[in-house]
Amino acid sequence: MNKKKLRYLLDEVVFIGPAFIFFLIIVIIPFIIGMYYSFTSWDGVNDNITWVGLDNFIYLFKDEGFINSFIFTLKFTFVSVIITNLIALLLALVLTSQIKTSKVLRTVFFTPNVISGLLLGFVWQFIFVNGFSAIGEMTDLAFFNLPWLGTASTAFWAIIIVSSWQGAGYLMVIYIAGIINIPTDLKEAAGIDGANAFQRFFKVTLPMIMSSITICLFLSISWAFKMFDLNYALTKGGPFNSTKSVALDIYLEAFQNNNYGLGTAKAFVFFIVVAGITALQVKLTKEREVEM
Amino acid sequence: MNKYTYRTLILEVFAILVALLFLAPFYFVINNSFKTFADILIDPASLAVNPTLNNYTTAWEVINFPSAFFNSIVITVFSNIGLVLISSLAAYRLLRYPSKINGIIFGLFIAAMVIPFQSIMIPLVRVTSALGFANSRLGLIFSYFGFGVSLPIFLYHGFIKSIPKSIEESAIVDGCSTYGVFGRIVAPLLKPMTATVLILNTLWIWNDFLLPSLILHDKELKTIPLAVSGFFAQYTKKWDLALAALVLAILPIVIFFLSLQKFIIRGIVAGSVKG
Repeated sequence: MNKKKLRYLLDEVVFIGPAFIFFLIIVIIPFIIGMYYSFTSWDGVNDNITWVGLDNFIYLFKDEGFINSFIFTLKFTFVSVIITNLIALLLALVLTSQIKTSKVLRTVFFTPNVISGLLLGFVWQFIFVNGFSAIGEMTDLAFFNLPWLGTASTAFWAIIIVSSWQGAGYLMVIYIAGIINIPTDLKEAAGIDGANAFQRFFKVTLPMIMSSITICLFLSISWAFKMFDLNYALTKGGPFNSTKSVALDIYLEAFQNNNYGLGTAKAFVFFIVVAGITALQVKLTKEREVEM
Repeated sequence: MNKYTYRTLILEVFAILVALLFLAPFYFVINNSFKTFADILIDPASLAVNPTLNNYTTAWEVINFPSAFFNSIVITVFSNIGLVLISSLAAYRLLRYPSKINGIIFGLFIAAMVIPFQSIMIPLVRVTSALGFANSRLGLIFSYFGFGVSLPIFLYHGFIKSIPKSIEESAIVDGCSTYGVFGRIVAPLLKPMTATVLILNTLWIWNDFLLPSLILHDKELKTIPLAVSGFFAQYTKKWDLALAALVLAILPIVIFFLSLQKFIIRGIVAGSVKG
């Protein structure tokens, strides 16, 4: 090997080596081992790992708990993505209007997002159980007197409320950036042409912020799909496993039931679904982006 | 179009009301954290009549706040330093020295961004304990290096693409080494993106619960989310202490956010712009 080539190799190792080694050990190797484990009946403790072929995968498609957690996650993702994005877009539109408190309000709406989902889950446990009932007594509103974490349907909406409260501010910031970047003459021209506020929104603003929409949908879909902390702290999947997200189900399968083989099989299916859905979504919304 | 009209005023009032609604959970938590357990149960909505700091002094000890705070700081700071260093080096090299191998490596880093943590966590526990990373702060920091390196590489890669190559080339002609070019010319130019990377990683690592819960087991090693989670497992429904513990746990990151909010919001926007 000549000197120049050696030099090149050494530079490659110095620059890329550190990042790649950690990445290899923490991500690539566990990913590959996980694929292997998913074909075994390993319990996580025992050293004899038996190959069971596709048994885990066949089992998990008949496993009601897993299927239910998938249905919950899909339902939750669908509802929370729509609600969180609508709130975020509405807040962004209001905060980019001429109102004077815009800067302070931006900070207020963003604040829940800097706090760990775990802590927010515990905070809202208190609000739902004690806070809401106190307001319910004062106001007599049925909304606050519901058994929020006690029944399957109310617990579903409880998680929707908390996750929209947490995520809307983040998405709002991205929508605000998109709205600010729309050239003002475009809006003014539409106004002169006689477009009303709704027409201006649907014909000018919305097409012009498609790139923000792509990002926000991508973020909110992946947050919703991977929800763990909030779920773990707020309902622990209850009542009766009705609000158990896939991420929580995988965690419990592996670390509570000690079914590492089955857990990794679930994780593998989860990976394929998450990768597929996010790739599809980015492809679909990117096609609608308007280039200026 | 820029006039403050009657309609703007209605919008303003509406926005402020929504903001108060957004803040209401914090009112409940902070207010009740100063009450006795009995007072919380009687009326959680009313203002604390005889505010007491007793909950805080007890919660401070129960979650061992100084130790949890120290662990969170150490882990966040060192993970950040390492991630900025290794990802900027790698992104620069992968972009400026294109080759088949570098293309594949970059593709791997980016593709890994769609892997949910749950998909690798089970074997990760095995791998980290085999390497002696288990139950150590350093092991957790190394895990963040590996799991957190993709996004900053992606961000730096996109950012460096926009920097004209000519300055680096002229430096090489003038006899600057590849390390000199990076350290003296590229690294200073990366500052804006480094700020974004630091912000995104700080929020993520400081708030992370799952990864530390799988790696750290000793009481003395617990980070803030772990300490709080441990508290809730042990003292279910002891709301007087729990609320004080929650306020203590939430306070540092909120203070961090409020004091740097301009940069943080700007960083979030910069980080969300995809390449």
